[in-house]
Amino acid sequence: MTEAPDKQAPLIEAIDIKKHFSVGNSLLPGHRRTVYAVDGVSFKVFPGETLGLVGESGCGKSTLGRCLVRLYELTAGRLLLKGREIGNLSLRELRPIRREMQMVFQDPYASLNPRRRVGDLIAEPLHVHGTASRDQIERRLKELMSLVGLEAEHLNRFPHEFSGGQRQRIGIARALALHPGLIVADEPVSALDVSIQAQIVNLFADLQERLGLTYIFIAHDLSVVRQVSSRIAVMYLGAIVEMGPTEALFHAPAHPYTEALISAVPVPEVDRLNRRERIVLTGDVPSPMNPPAGCRFNPRCRFATDLCRKERPVLRELGDGRTVACHYPLVQAAAAA
Amino acid sequence: MASSTPASASPEAKAPLLEVRDLKVSFRTERGLLRAVDGISFRVDTHEIVGVVGESGSGKTVSQMSVMGLVNDPNAVIEGSILYKGRELVGLSQRQLRSVRGNEIAMIFQDPMTALTPVYTIGWQIAEQLRAHNRLSSRGARKRGIELLAEVGIPNPSITFDRYPHQLSGGMRQRAFIAMALSCNPSLLIADEPTTALDVTVQAQILELIKRLRRDFGSSIVLITHDLGVVAEVADRVMVMYAGRIVERGTTREIFTDPWHPYSWGLHDSIPPMEGARPRRLASILGSPPSLLDLPPGCAFSPRCPHRFSRCTEKPALAGTSGHHAACFLSPEQRQQARAARRRPLKEAS
Repeated sequence: MTEAPDKQAPLIEAIDIKKHFSVGNSLLPGHRRTVYAVDGVSFKVFPGETLGLVGESGCGKSTLGRCLVRLYELTAGRLLLKGREIGNLSLRELRPIRREMQMVFQDPYASLNPRRRVGDLIAEPLHVHGTASRDQIERRLKELMSLVGLEAEHLNRFPHEFSGGQRQRIGIARALALHPGLIVADEPVSALDVSIQAQIVNLFADLQERLGLTYIFIAHDLSVVRQVSSRIAVMYLGAIVEMGPTEALFHAPAHPYTEALISAVPVPEVDRLNRRERIVLTGDVPSPMNPPAGCRFNPRCRFATDLCRKERPVLRELGDGRTVACHYPLVQAAAAA
Repeated sequence: MASSTPASASPEAKAPLLEVRDLKVSFRTERGLLRAVDGISFRVDTHEIVGVVGESGSGKTVSQMSVMGLVNDPNAVIEGSILYKGRELVGLSQRQLRSVRGNEIAMIFQDPMTALTPVYTIGWQIAEQLRAHNRLSSRGARKRGIELLAEVGIPNPSITFDRYPHQLSGGMRQRAFIAMALSCNPSLLIADEPTTALDVTVQAQILELIKRLRRDFGSSIVLITHDLGVVAEVADRVMVMYAGRIVERGTTREIFTDPWHPYSWGLHDSIPPMEGARPRRLASILGSPPSLLDLPPGCAFSPRCPHRFSRCTEKPALAGTSGHHAACFLSPEQRQQARAARRRPLKEAS
């Protein structure tokens, strides 16, 4: 499941990406403030794999997702798609690039125009980007519908006639229309009921197998991320604190935040409860407008020392494809091997 | 607005705190009568946490809202009986209900931001509630309010008391709202998805708080949630609802170690595991929940049930032994076979 990624060239590579937002009144001196939503993130995603991005609200995972498909301008950093710099391309230069990466959103209903038929909605990217004939579009639409598990006659219906799960299928069909290689999915199942959630998670797995897609899967639900991802990056306050293969990371988290996050998930089993130590973090995630000095997790960390309050740890290798940004990782570099 | 059926209460040895009998809640709509709750009966004992599990449209929220007397849509029809401490709540006027709400039964919601008024401070809102139900001076109300905020684990309660809801984080807001709900020492707290809008580390804090409420205040709690993990963690007993009916109920241990209803199995199997091997595919439930305006005849789950057979065209009643009940026609032997058959492919894949 976790292939040695070193042999391949990455499909997409982020190098020290930053995205800051200015908020507040820019005319009054002292009222302008900066939100450090994404503050120096680097990673590579290899063809055919799924990188799960997890973290709590405000950690910057959605902002990062939008930066990756260039829905946002980057404040700083480089973004390479198949080795080509796309971080500084203009909107016009980006147009052909957009065919290669598409996004699936949490609430497909908000992204589907209620006055247009599903067929028109899915065909829209084909019209915008393609030179396909009407017949070709017709054929592609039928193909897409069967790919995502909908009926061809659904093409003539309106979005409100569908259930939440079906709407997400429509959103996925639309994202797939132009044969993209990379899909960035932002909380694609979190608005769905559990039974429907499982169907969509399965659909993502099937599509990856059939079409060889690469996913960046953003979610706050750790069990869902564990199910879909080959590797996981854990974010906290705009930065990646730990990254590694799914099984290794869940089995022995190296960052105290990852450990707390995993232990906080309520498990639907009664017998396991007593076996697991629950680490209840105190306090809330600090504001990304005013991140704490040193390690950003230090005010909530049970292992924090003076070093953690002064010096911000950088991501370093633990071996086995694992990296952690912590002065005192829970897994030692030697032990990880 | 509501019609009550004469319920001749037969007081048992241990009277439950809340006893609901054959509760039906329907809404008149343009497309016909929508039955959101279709004849459910349950009880909540003192000092007990009862989990109500179900997906959207299962009736889990509407059934508990009617206990609070909060279903006041003019097109709603409530039938059946809701006995709280032996007193019938169905048919009470809004005025009579006001003394029950807050004082006796309180409710907390998924999103405290929509339940709190943005234009008044947290403290003002708590004090208002305190003084509406108790004879308290404004100074006394302030003192009690700050105490309550401290009890639910808010740091610097006297500062938070004067803050507005938007100045608090989601977790703190939910704590403040719980403090408000607790202000009149209700015997029953109905919590509707209290942690759904919160992050997982904050959720853990609120779940600890809910467990502490029962321990320290002796409250009974009805916890409505879609998250089986949350239920497993805090509830003593569980009811699983589907399309307005209870399809299974039992102790938390029974529901999690030996579920009987195929819908319960589907819910369990839909959740990706947090430990051990990952299945290649999740055993999801086929299709989607039925429209309440167009329910299938017989068992409402049968169109999605892989184990349905000829009898499923009839409506199954809850049946079982000593507290563990399921509304399903499968015999215990058939149930075991079906459950074993479901488990096998999952295990092999791992």
